[in-house]
Amino acid sequence: MNVVTPFEGIGASVRRKEDVRFLSGRGQYTDDINRPGQAHAWILRSQHAHARIQGIDTAAAAAMPGVVAIYTSADLAAIGGLPCGWQIHNKDGSPMAEPKHPVLAEGKVRHVGDPIAVVIAETRAQARDAAEAIIVDFEVLPAVSQTTAALAADAPRVHDDVAGNLCYDWHIGDKGAVDAAFAAAAHRVVFETTNQRLVPNAMEPRCAVGDYDTTTGEHTLFTTSQNPHVIRLLMGAFVLQIPEAKLRVVAPDVGGGFGSKIYHYAEEAIVTWAAAKLGRAVKWTADRTEAFMSDAHGRDHVTRAELALDKEGTFLGLRVLTHANMGAYLSTFAPCVPTYLYATLLAGVYSTPAIYAEVKAVFTHTVPVDAYRGAGRPEATYLLERLVDVAAKQCGFDRVKLRRRNFIATDAFPYQTPVALQYDSGDYFSTLDQALKTADWAGFEARRAEARMRGKLRGIGISTYLEACGIAPSAVVGSLGARAGLYEVGVIRVHPTGSVTVLTGAHSHGQGHETTFAQLVADKLGVPIANVDIVHGDTAKVPFGMGTYGSRSLAVGGSAMDKAMDKIIAKAKRIAAHLMEASVEDVEFERGTFRVAGTDKTKTLTDVSLAAYVPHNYPIDEIEPGLEETAFYDPKNFTYPGGCHIAEVEIEMETGRVSMVNFTAVDDVGRVINPMIVEGQVQGGVAQGIGQALLEACVYDQDGQLMSGSMMDYTMPRADDLAPVSVATHTTLCTHNPLGVKGCGEVGAIGSPPAVINAVVDALRDYGVEHIEMPATAPKIWSIIHGKSV
Amino acid sequence: MYDFAYHKPASVADAVKLLAADPDAKPISGGHTLLPALKHRLNKPSALVDLSGIAEMKGIRREGNSLIIGALTKHVEVAKSDVVKAAIPALAYMASHIGDNQVRNRGTIGGSVSNNDPAADYPAAVLGLGATIHTSKRKIAADDFFQGMFTTALEEGEILVAIEFPIPEKAGYAKLKNPASRYVMAGAFISKGPAGLRVAINGAGPCVFRQSDMEAALGRNWSADAVAGVKQSADGLNSDIHGSAEYRAHLVTVMAKRAVAAAG
Amino acid sequence: MPQVTLTVNGKTHTVEVEGRTLLVELLREKLRLTGTHVGCDTSQCGACVVHIDGNSVKSCTTLAVMADGASVTTIEGLAAADGTLHPMQEAFREYHALQCGFCTPGMVMSAVDLVAKNPQGLSEQEIREGLEGNLCRCTGYHNIVKAIAAAQDVMHGKRTSIAAAAE
Repeated sequence: MNVVTPFEGIGASVRRKEDVRFLSGRGQYTDDINRPGQAHAWILRSQHAHARIQGIDTAAAAAMPGVVAIYTSADLAAIGGLPCGWQIHNKDGSPMAEPKHPVLAEGKVRHVGDPIAVVIAETRAQARDAAEAIIVDFEVLPAVSQTTAALAADAPRVHDDVAGNLCYDWHIGDKGAVDAAFAAAAHRVVFETTNQRLVPNAMEPRCAVGDYDTTTGEHTLFTTSQNPHVIRLLMGAFVLQIPEAKLRVVAPDVGGGFGSKIYHYAEEAIVTWAAAKLGRAVKWTADRTEAFMSDAHGRDHVTRAELALDKEGTFLGLRVLTHANMGAYLSTFAPCVPTYLYATLLAGVYSTPAIYAEVKAVFTHTVPVDAYRGAGRPEATYLLERLVDVAAKQCGFDRVKLRRRNFIATDAFPYQTPVALQYDSGDYFSTLDQALKTADWAGFEARRAEARMRGKLRGIGISTYLEACGIAPSAVVGSLGARAGLYEVGVIRVHPTGSVTVLTGAHSHGQGHETTFAQLVADKLGVPIANVDIVHGDTAKVPFGMGTYGSRSLAVGGSAMDKAMDKIIAKAKRIAAHLMEASVEDVEFERGTFRVAGTDKTKTLTDVSLAAYVPHNYPIDEIEPGLEETAFYDPKNFTYPGGCHIAEVEIEMETGRVSMVNFTAVDDVGRVINPMIVEGQVQGGVAQGIGQALLEACVYDQDGQLMSGSMMDYTMPRADDLAPVSVATHTTLCTHNPLGVKGCGEVGAIGSPPAVINAVVDALRDYGVEHIEMPATAPKIWSIIHGKSV
Repeated sequence: MYDFAYHKPASVADAVKLLAADPDAKPISGGHTLLPALKHRLNKPSALVDLSGIAEMKGIRREGNSLIIGALTKHVEVAKSDVVKAAIPALAYMASHIGDNQVRNRGTIGGSVSNNDPAADYPAAVLGLGATIHTSKRKIAADDFFQGMFTTALEEGEILVAIEFPIPEKAGYAKLKNPASRYVMAGAFISKGPAGLRVAINGAGPCVFRQSDMEAALGRNWSADAVAGVKQSADGLNSDIHGSAEYRAHLVTVMAKRAVAAAG
Repeated sequence: MPQVTLTVNGKTHTVEVEGRTLLVELLREKLRLTGTHVGCDTSQCGACVVHIDGNSVKSCTTLAVMADGASVTTIEGLAAADGTLHPMQEAFREYHALQCGFCTPGMVMSAVDLVAKNPQGLSEQEIREGLEGNLCRCTGYHNIVKAIAAAQDVMHGKRTSIAAAAE
């Protein structure tokens, strides 16, 4: 008997179903998996940013204890390079440069950490011991690590066949209209900034276990992935040429991704290939040092932006030139990040009528860069929200009024921006008003004065942002260069006694899908969440899926489930009509109960499911037995969460140290399924945004050596670096998906960095500072306060 | 890590014998400096001699005007010791702020001082209090002990057994942590007592050092303002992605000021 | 090879290890107690925290041989034998103090020790500072701090249950 309490459906802060296993140490992460007969891999990586490999001598290493095999690129001649999933076209219509990304370095290494050889041994320590005994004859070559330096005429080439290290030179928008806007403008504001490179640093290092069944020829890969079906597709079709039916990819519990576990990595192909070659399972687990030099990094833009305003402050035009660092090779989705996930967001929440953006993507001798929480949208938001503050200051406008003046009107939706997107809904005035009130913006000057008495400089900053997520309509992204569709798959399997198994192509690695998705089923089918099992992460169980990234799981994956539930209800109504001897048109369904309209004749979902599986009294000629439906949902548009973030900081004048004292987020993420989980997602995203604003930077020296190659030098936010984060939501519904949801996974990381930097700049207003680059570290601020160079 | 043999002697004499017999062996106590280095394969000892079973290297006791702390004493034990809190509260304060709780539960004073990491805390207390190092074969004054980055007066096979701190009239410690590693960016341990007036600076340079200009200034006028006027030269100080030598030089003055204020 | 005898979650084991075997490797690979995780190699993230003789330590920075004769508690041994969660585990669930779950075992073990060693009670700021040895990339710590504050009330007998503390 299915009985639903009203607290388990949409809108309830249900405690998470997955938590007890994680809290008891019974999570099952990839490194927790051990296969019989398993050997261990260690990857020998380049310590040079750029070098020619003149020879590799593995003889001594091969004789070391426990060594099973050593492979280099020579052994992998038959397998393909790592594919790129998105092709950008240049301004002239020609395709981007797409150099081969070999699984193991072929002839040259191009960044510190580039894999050269793999040692497989009985234990991990033995494999590492032997890897050190491999002798590589390097001819060290000059390297280039900085984005703009890579374009210099005399810069070392990353790939011999890519002139000027230019991957693509792309643009969007109406250049003529922008030029005209600037010609007519009363104010022209120029802002230049760097959005620094970050290391995602999910707490679980990447891991891959390859296994091979010699009797069936079936390959299995257990991997730390956000999208196992995508890995199966990319690795099977492009790298190892294994048909889907013979390749199973499992992404079990995954300890955070933030984008870094979307991509197909070399180690996945290596262990899968080696397991078949050796006829035994092979495990590779990264240590954190390897993660720093082999996980895709994020951000790394250098940008010049110009804003044209009329004399009242109305935005007339925006011109942007961005250089984006791709690293040494193209990671899976790298090319789309600084283009379609960035430049299309440059309207933000403003009705700027003319926008033109150029993006030059360059290769450097650094780790590949790809999507990291927010992916392009934090870069766009940071640029805009800093630019608006700079404009307010230079032109003498109030920074809140200037924003409000330029907001897209609440009745202007759907709103077509000049950079391709069409926003379906939003209400930027309400989120702004609510945030100003929660943060007590009006009372700030008293707090500033009080802090000054304590020797602290206090500042407040605001960001009114928008993002595009819930990616994405397949036909649209296909026309923009995506080499995949971006729909999602949901299967609803109602069992004979009415419990439900959901198979979803979305993958949960912290998002709480096992709870939120069960709530969708509880809400619609009336099945208690305890009786709803969410299955994900295994290509052998789930028909297909595009995975979890871009805040898409609920908007796209949830919508697929909703669509499948509609099919279930439609079929079940026909069965119920038969059982109740009524016409199907007269059968109503609500949360688990079928009723003949206007009567007290009812059947439960369990009555129907039982009949469907035990079809004794059943319209067997008209309806197939069973109660299971599959839906593929392809979204009609992106979703557009937005909101307002307000940060309050204090600076210790003697040391330049910045402390977060308050953070307020008011976000419109569409319909909220589980408020507790939404708050947690926003808090976590804000922490990463504060990390970018104040703490984190991936630093390469000029020669391509990684200076921040461990947590000793890369500042991860700790509990005492952060302040409580106040989270509230103000909902406008998404108009084009059945759930009205927009997505909440990235808003925190997108909206917060400019709010924090705006607060830091505000705190330093007496020092004539217009801008401070991220991260706003103590030495940088001290040098401003004390008029010194850093 | 490379593999190594493991020994766990029960006496200082046995430990010395083991180390003498194998010049590539290394002593280990809490392991919180050595093991991270071994994990990164920065070091290849043939054997580790685990000192943690040696009773004579343990314990905290007060003897007249001295506080004697056994080398194996963990940071948490110093931090929580009523004896230390009564005799040298600044030392207990320092110990309670080394690393994190888990580091303090394993790391030892002897390990920290023997290792002489420029960004470690304890060397500043040893130098700033004018302590005496008791080893397996002699006593060494703090002023002679710290010789450079990761270098001390300890000879091969010589074991730090205990540290004798003269009890000062007043002492204070302040530091700013590196935001990433949480080691010391710049710190100052300042004391006035039987060992004289001493200002020891850690974190900022390649090795803990005494700031004699500040000592002179405090000699004239014991106050935070007195050190506030003393500028540390940036020459020879550390410079890295977390801060220039100039910034660290500035921090030296700020931390010294705070340490004096803390000392009262 | 050296032999280590230690008690883990109340059960005594004698295991052969290499000198270089870390305690976390012994737990994960020899005893298959995979709840204790490894998230870094610089002794900073705290995903590997276990208790040795009642004190929280980083099992990635402890040699297995150094735990000879010790009593070790891992996350698997924290709940009661009947599966009843420890108040800290219960609080983490109630306050949504975990997302991906990877840092969680170490975070919980650190938090239990932190609270146990501070019977006077900890302020929010003291809890934040007490978590210096544990990194979480998902939650922003906000809910972890709240959970620990609630759990300490129960652990110190000021409230009877996490649910009561939540009100």
